[in-house]
Amino acid sequence: MSIFPPDRVNVPSDLGTPDIDSTEIVTVNIDGNLIDVPAGTSVMRAAALAGQVVPKLCATDSLDPFGSCRLCLVEIDGRKGTPASCTTPCESGMSVTTQSPKLDKLRKGVMELYISDHPLDCLTCPANGDCELQDMAGVVGLRDVRYGYEGANHLDAPTDDSNPYFSFDESKCIACSRCVRACDEIQGTFALTISGRGFGSKVSASEGLKFIDSECVSCGACVQACPTSTLQEKTVIELGVPTRQVKTTCAYCGVGCSFIAELRGNELVRMVPDKDGGANAGHSCVKGRFAWGYASHADRVTEPMIRESITDDWKVVSWDEAIGFAADRLKLIQAESGIDSIGGITSSRCTNEEVYVVQKLIRAGFGNNNVDTCARVCHSPTGYGLKQTFGTSAGTQDFQSVEESDVILLIGANPTDAHPVFASRMKRTLRKGAQLVVVDPRRIALVETPHIKAAHHLQLRPGTNVAIVNAMGHVVATEGLVDTGFVQDRCDMVSFNAWRDFISLPENSPEALESVTGVKAEELRAAARLFASAPNAAIYYGLGVTEHSQGSTMVMSMANLAMATGNIGRNGVGVNPLRGQNNVQGACDMGSFPHEFSGYRHVSDDSARELFTSLWGTEMRAEPGLRIPNMLDAALTNTFRGIYIQGEDIAQSDPNTEHVMAALSAMDMVIVQDLFLNETSKYAHVFLPGTSFLEKDGTFTNAERRINRVRPVMPSQTGMSEWEVTCALAQAMGYDMHYNNASEIMDEIAKVTPTFSGVSFAKLDKVGSVQWPCNDNAPLGTPIMHVNKFVRGEGQFITTPYVPTDERSTRKYPLLLTTGRILSQYNVGAQTRRTNNVVWHQEDVLDIHESDALERGIADGSWVEVSSRVGATRLRARITDQVPAGVVYTTFHYPVSGANVITTDNSDWATNCPEYKVTAVQVQPSTAMVIA
Amino acid sequence: MKVFVPRDSAAVSVGADRVAAALGAAHPSFEIVRNGSRGLLWLEPLVEIEVDGVRHAFGPVQPQDIPALALTGDYLNSDLYLGITDQLPWLVRQERWTFERVGIVDPASPEDFLAHGGLSGLKAAMAAGAAATIEQVTASGLRGRGGAGFPTGIKWKTVANAVATSHAGAPLGSTTHKYVVVNADEGDSGTFADRMLMEGDPFTLLEGMLIAGFAVGADTGYIYIRSEYPAAIHSMQRAIEISREQGWLGSSILGSDFAFDIHVRVGAGSYVCGEETAMLESLEGKRGMVRPKPPLPALEGLFGVPTVINNVISIGSVPAIMSRGAEAYAALGTGRSQGTSVFQLAGNIAQGGIVETGFGVSVRELVQGFGGGTRTGRPIRAVQIGGPLGAYLSEAELDVSADYEALAAADAMLGHGGIVVFDDTVDMATQAKFAMQFCAEESCGKCTPCRIGSTRGVEVIDLIVRGENSAGNKELLEDLCEVMRDGSLCAMGGLTPLPVLSALHKFPEDFEPESQRRKESV
Repeated sequence: MSIFPPDRVNVPSDLGTPDIDSTEIVTVNIDGNLIDVPAGTSVMRAAALAGQVVPKLCATDSLDPFGSCRLCLVEIDGRKGTPASCTTPCESGMSVTTQSPKLDKLRKGVMELYISDHPLDCLTCPANGDCELQDMAGVVGLRDVRYGYEGANHLDAPTDDSNPYFSFDESKCIACSRCVRACDEIQGTFALTISGRGFGSKVSASEGLKFIDSECVSCGACVQACPTSTLQEKTVIELGVPTRQVKTTCAYCGVGCSFIAELRGNELVRMVPDKDGGANAGHSCVKGRFAWGYASHADRVTEPMIRESITDDWKVVSWDEAIGFAADRLKLIQAESGIDSIGGITSSRCTNEEVYVVQKLIRAGFGNNNVDTCARVCHSPTGYGLKQTFGTSAGTQDFQSVEESDVILLIGANPTDAHPVFASRMKRTLRKGAQLVVVDPRRIALVETPHIKAAHHLQLRPGTNVAIVNAMGHVVATEGLVDTGFVQDRCDMVSFNAWRDFISLPENSPEALESVTGVKAEELRAAARLFASAPNAAIYYGLGVTEHSQGSTMVMSMANLAMATGNIGRNGVGVNPLRGQNNVQGACDMGSFPHEFSGYRHVSDDSARELFTSLWGTEMRAEPGLRIPNMLDAALTNTFRGIYIQGEDIAQSDPNTEHVMAALSAMDMVIVQDLFLNETSKYAHVFLPGTSFLEKDGTFTNAERRINRVRPVMPSQTGMSEWEVTCALAQAMGYDMHYNNASEIMDEIAKVTPTFSGVSFAKLDKVGSVQWPCNDNAPLGTPIMHVNKFVRGEGQFITTPYVPTDERSTRKYPLLLTTGRILSQYNVGAQTRRTNNVVWHQEDVLDIHESDALERGIADGSWVEVSSRVGATRLRARITDQVPAGVVYTTFHYPVSGANVITTDNSDWATNCPEYKVTAVQVQPSTAMVIA
Repeated sequence: MKVFVPRDSAAVSVGADRVAAALGAAHPSFEIVRNGSRGLLWLEPLVEIEVDGVRHAFGPVQPQDIPALALTGDYLNSDLYLGITDQLPWLVRQERWTFERVGIVDPASPEDFLAHGGLSGLKAAMAAGAAATIEQVTASGLRGRGGAGFPTGIKWKTVANAVATSHAGAPLGSTTHKYVVVNADEGDSGTFADRMLMEGDPFTLLEGMLIAGFAVGADTGYIYIRSEYPAAIHSMQRAIEISREQGWLGSSILGSDFAFDIHVRVGAGSYVCGEETAMLESLEGKRGMVRPKPPLPALEGLFGVPTVINNVISIGSVPAIMSRGAEAYAALGTGRSQGTSVFQLAGNIAQGGIVETGFGVSVRELVQGFGGGTRTGRPIRAVQIGGPLGAYLSEAELDVSADYEALAAADAMLGHGGIVVFDDTVDMATQAKFAMQFCAEESCGKCTPCRIGSTRGVEVIDLIVRGENSAGNKELLEDLCEVMRDGSLCAMGGLTPLPVLSALHKFPEDFEPESQRRKESV
């Protein structure tokens, strides 16, 4: 008569304590119902599964049980007293009573105490109707507070409004510690604590600071965890409790968090992380959780605009006129300069469906392969390198995999700033005992952060990644650390032997490379041994790997290391790019590269070309088109004259700004489709207003290949979907492209893309999300790739000689500049600069080591001029030991900083991904006035 | 001539250091030994003179008495002469096991310790083997002297059977451990046995920990001492250093392959850190808050590894049990309360101090027989046993046997053996309020009944004695006490109702407003 899962009861959404991973099942009796649960499951959770909801306040199933509120007391046969059900694990044969007069009296007594120190302003409280304290007072039937309200209380406690997004009203705090525990357990920042004790216990940010001044990173986990209105979103205080919900996906980084957008009518009140979100499991960061106000910012352009020349003023026109103007001129250019004289750029910020139609417009409508995407400037080497070695242009794992890792090798990535929600997951694993090796010129936060200390920080000289990983491979190959069983079973032995012979050469030894990398040979050997001897070792990396002249080499070098040590094809291992943009994986998957159709099939592949030719009714070209740098170069020779740029600000984001501006100025038709006028639109002739993620209908694919639904939360502010605009442009160009809705676009993608053949909106709406490949072989997707066999068959080792970059420090440019992002801002800042996130970062600064600053007479906070061989810009200096001597660092969130004015047009040999991470510069004090 | 002047804090607080200095100045040739206290605290500073191997007691001695004390011959005529120490009736009537060396030996002398049978318990344990040691401890009937009364042998067996693990959150393959933690956060009012053992015979505590470590397979011991005990901290640290020098701690103890080391950790001024799980949190460097159980510390204790947690007196009793025999120990006491208890007499008492004797002695015998009644000479009205959270007994109840079961049957508890006496001027409503105030002051703030309930308790008692809705508020106080007793996470909130309700029920007249007005008018 066991019931599990119970089918006749309503299981509550919050089961009180986390799921227990145990294969041992115990049967317990809850109020007469037998239920089977994994051993170690709390009585509270078992009761909830059995439909007996035990009152609770301090318990929530996203946090470990704590046992403080004492509302969840139960009686257990044969046991003394009334244990808390949240902290009592089920034991076989246990018989539990959750309701009795005794328990009723205790619970009422506890609630009476709570309410004796709580404001009685429920009707005017922002959490009215959304308050667990209010709910529980009702559940226990509290009718009277006999203590009165004259006693000691916290009703006059101050409210801390310092955070731009949420307020902390201490008078409403019930000291349940859920916020503190969320900060510790979920976010891993440990910014909150309880200060004082007894009745004086209170939540304290960084020991008594205002939230804004504390270590708090505004991830919102505490706000989410708070059962009362103590920690409350300011939008809820201002607007009221939401009335409807729409599940959607965040549009910032490549983590791809699922959110529930909560609205009143069409007004967004808050974004709440979705507990069922495959990527984020209920967590969020300051950007996704709070920084969505840009979508309704006054700067939004909502009507199409055109102008004859870029020196003219913009003229607002109808959609028809704008599209007609654009199409006519594009056609004219093609008539004058040939079919290859125009092209376009797809956006990693847009949905798969939007990207797909843009590349289709170009391939079928423009009739050429001149399509590229912003992944060119970030993860193109990932696609190339992993395809060569494993057979798939994507990361090998799902995010959850990291929980099984014993050693994590983190290279050129700063997840706590750039991929914060994944970083929290990684930090949980590290706190449980996994060991970390950080390879980064900078001392990123993960090197040492509360309860985490990296086993090794290999603080390499920028540009020497390949030397580092080769040296690690050398240690593996020469110290007998190769997983020969794995290599023999799974890899191409000819390539392995060649790799082994190459990597074992003395020139690849840590000792030989020490002077190149700046990393002590002994430390490198220790790190390599740690990695190679772990049961499960995983590699995570970011743009610090790809944005180099040897970006593709480095990706393959890491793949070699993972294969040689047998760390592919199961949980806890793998080679994992942390992708920067919400849909950079998807944009690449959708055929945005000039040489590849969707699903990474080369344009020279006859069968693929035949498929598209027959479906799209127009001949496909077998030669790859132009990459972005080629388009820009061709513009300067007047052979490339028109471009359609969707959702990318190349004039700010691409290297060597001066070159980009010159190329754009030379074109005769620049179409920019975006939310805001930006640096690139200064050179545009047509501005097509875009839609924010809140208005889009489609899918994003995150760094773990997870296809998430993006649902329209509110109507489009422009009256058009972006894919509709693209289709209209195609029509105007004379190519018939039409869909009734975004779902039809995905159906076409599924039809033409083998790895997507099982994907449809209907399936996603039903199961939440799937990770490609999703097809007949894997109807629910593929969390872990290359499980029994590499996609390409046998894993391919590739010899990866280290070739120093041409960009090196010289007497004239003695420092190496590297760039990155910070937590509160996102890439070129178009969105985050239009939110309250600016309180944390009002300008980009140049991080410089004290010795370099001293040598140059640079004071902390003073203005400096940063110059490279291609340009110069001014920034304020910050003296820090996070960068070593010889290295300077800045972010590129503000156009005024002009970080890319100084980056060069060096690029990855295979993919032209720019070498953003290494620029030789000189830094000098600047006498210039402060830029207003 | 060998003269003994205690270094115990209780003796020092009444001038023992000055007495020692005066003695040294007056008689440079004397060998002055700074021993622990014999436990006759009303006679401190109690100076002993050894003549022909026999120790004679004088007290209380003040520096100005030194010249007058004929220390060279006719001391028997001194007004301060008490007699041969070992024959003092107060000591003769005791059964000293745990305190067998306290007051006798020089706590800083390993030779003195060995000369008085030190390490014979450890040697016996190592000769018997781990399993047999645990059997002996179990057979002795020793139970937790911190107050919970859990059988020590069973606790050790649980840890012995547990597999050593590495710290929670430690990397794969990290060293595995088991730990022995001694709770020396002696915070109960009217208790000082832990302190006196640590100050007077620290090597015995270390020996007990070594036996525990040997028996359960632990490698490290920690002694968590409250910061208010600087002399005990110093004494234990010194004893640890000496023991390392002697080879009693370290890698091959007594030449065996048993390795064990001990460290002192100092508390930070929180009563609740005497609760074992809060103590573990504090030892781990965290805020001293109570952990829920399970997991039992025996299985997942300090840093998540199997841990023996024993009170000072529990573990300090083990060497004597191992050297003198579990059976002899178990023969003392009564019923399931076997062996000796180290009672501490305090409060308004004529003869305060340490009484170690078998369980079963009556409370009346302790407070009147040993204690000599109140210091003020007024009649006893109430006695509180077991610290600030212990119940009050009325004078009429004093014939109760001082053992775990009899006291529990009387809705009271033995606790750590502290007994505090009050005369007939005590106001029991004030005492009840004090219990709530103490709880409010010391609550860690984790659980609601303790965190808010203690503050409300103070307020409700105030309303009762002010006569505001007295009947209703008494009912509310009863309900509050039920919520605290049955709802609190740990014994802090759970036991606070004991003194409150015992005062309310046994001394109801003190809760009448008239009684308060009468007192105010006096």
